[in-house]
Amino acid sequence: MDTKSELLSHHISQQFNHELEELRNNLLSMGGQVEKQVSDAINALISADSEGAAVVCEKDTEINFMELAIDEECSRILARRQPAASDLRLVISCSKAATDLERIGDEAAKIARFAISLSEQGEAPKGYIETRHIGNHVRQMVQDALNAFARFDADLALAVAKEDKTVDREYKSATRELVTYMMEDPRSITRVLNIMWVLRSLERIGDHARNLAEYVIYLVKGTDVRHIGIKRIQEEVFDKV
Amino acid sequence: MLDEALDLNTPTRTENEQRRAAPEETSSTPAFNLDSLGRSRRKLSLEQEESCLDVRNLNLFYSEKQALHDISLMIPKRRVTAFIGPSGCGKSTLLRSMNRMNDLVEGCRVEGEIQLDDQNIYQKGVNVADLRRRIGMVFQKPNPFPKSIYENVAYGLRIQGINKKRVLDEVVEWALRSAALWDEVKDRLHESALGMSGGQQQRLVIARTIAVEPEVLLLDEPASALDPISTLKIEELINKLKSKFTIVIVTHNMQQAARVSDYTAFMYMGKLIEFGDTDTLFTNPQQKQTEDYITGRYG
Repeated sequence: MDTKSELLSHHISQQFNHELEELRNNLLSMGGQVEKQVSDAINALISADSEGAAVVCEKDTEINFMELAIDEECSRILARRQPAASDLRLVISCSKAATDLERIGDEAAKIARFAISLSEQGEAPKGYIETRHIGNHVRQMVQDALNAFARFDADLALAVAKEDKTVDREYKSATRELVTYMMEDPRSITRVLNIMWVLRSLERIGDHARNLAEYVIYLVKGTDVRHIGIKRIQEEVFDKV
Repeated sequence: MLDEALDLNTPTRTENEQRRAAPEETSSTPAFNLDSLGRSRRKLSLEQEESCLDVRNLNLFYSEKQALHDISLMIPKRRVTAFIGPSGCGKSTLLRSMNRMNDLVEGCRVEGEIQLDDQNIYQKGVNVADLRRRIGMVFQKPNPFPKSIYENVAYGLRIQGINKKRVLDEVVEWALRSAALWDEVKDRLHESALGMSGGQQQRLVIARTIAVEPEVLLLDEPASALDPISTLKIEELINKLKSKFTIVIVTHNMQQAARVSDYTAFMYMGKLIEFGDTDTLFTNPQQKQTEDYITGRYG
């Protein structure tokens, strides 16, 4: 049975409604913060703003605490409420999503650290166009995945999962381009390598966004769609009437 | 070339410095405030609770057999406290001793004390009827009187000599509303209570109990004779009532204890094994016996 958002509030126990609602809100607010971390980190990198990057590094601790708080809430609900069916899937997917969000936060902090060292070296930027492009792309994916979570929107989630392929392609082509830079000018190797690491982080964020999307599909459709291709997800979950 | 080599090291060094700096940052910044996550639920702790009933070194004997062994615990005010444990562990006996129901059992002897407002309820000269008005009790099987719904709820007040219709009307409505029953019965208040469903009867009995405004509600397996939906309704009712009353509930159903209670006591063979906040008891119990019982490894 498909999960709809209004189902959350129809338990006889008001307290249970409240707990599930709160869990979901907490996850979404954590997601909002993580998304901001990603865009702050990219902006700090591109505008060589080492102070802004330092703030991102600092805030990562908050994200970590949120993951702990959400997981604690999940295990409390599991122990006390024995949720079933859609409630169970909500709790499981919230716990898993919190893990992926925390990892996205880690990647953002990593990007911020590179932003600091790159701004200290202060040279003409290379590969920033690619960074900005892929950065915007994955940030949008994270945002869409969270929206899908908020609205129990499996179609949007599927669209996010499909986007991951595009990000992978963009990452590959950006890597090729950066290799050309390095061959042209060996003195730039250190800097360009740093950019490579940033791109690598962004690509990972894309993977995590795809995971988030898969949890939404699991939550709404009840089918675990990890480790199967997009095509099979489409056929087995969405085309089935 | 030398410059280049140094250049290569720079990022690594800054990164390491950062890593080293990071723990200091966390220790100097104040701990992350969980409330900013919107958590309305703060961890409960017995130390912060006001005491309602204080059980001190309670021993209880049925003739020669000792049923309770040196029980000491504090029942916190306006909270739900659940007693769980296998059959015959003494949880019902402990509950009954809180409003001296065991007085009726022949050969029953009590040592130790239970304090209610700094007075031992087992002291000589305590008016038991008055005590039972302050500490009300609901049993496993709903036991409405063979009277109308209205008269069932008004019963306690009539016994106290209150007969004014206006007062009775008011209290009956309040009690039925508090018991989440008003909407279902408001049009048939003067029909017999025996025509109600089991779940409704149980809520009626709760309404009858709270009509005399006791301080404590003792619930002995209040939902074990009811279907799952009625059970959830009773549980939701308990959750609402705890803002006004102190509630103590005995239940065979561990999951029910986990759902409704703020504090849980696990008893075994007449002894109190563990008593603490329900979150901790059900996620990380401190005693192995508790763990075995709640995970179903017992026996």
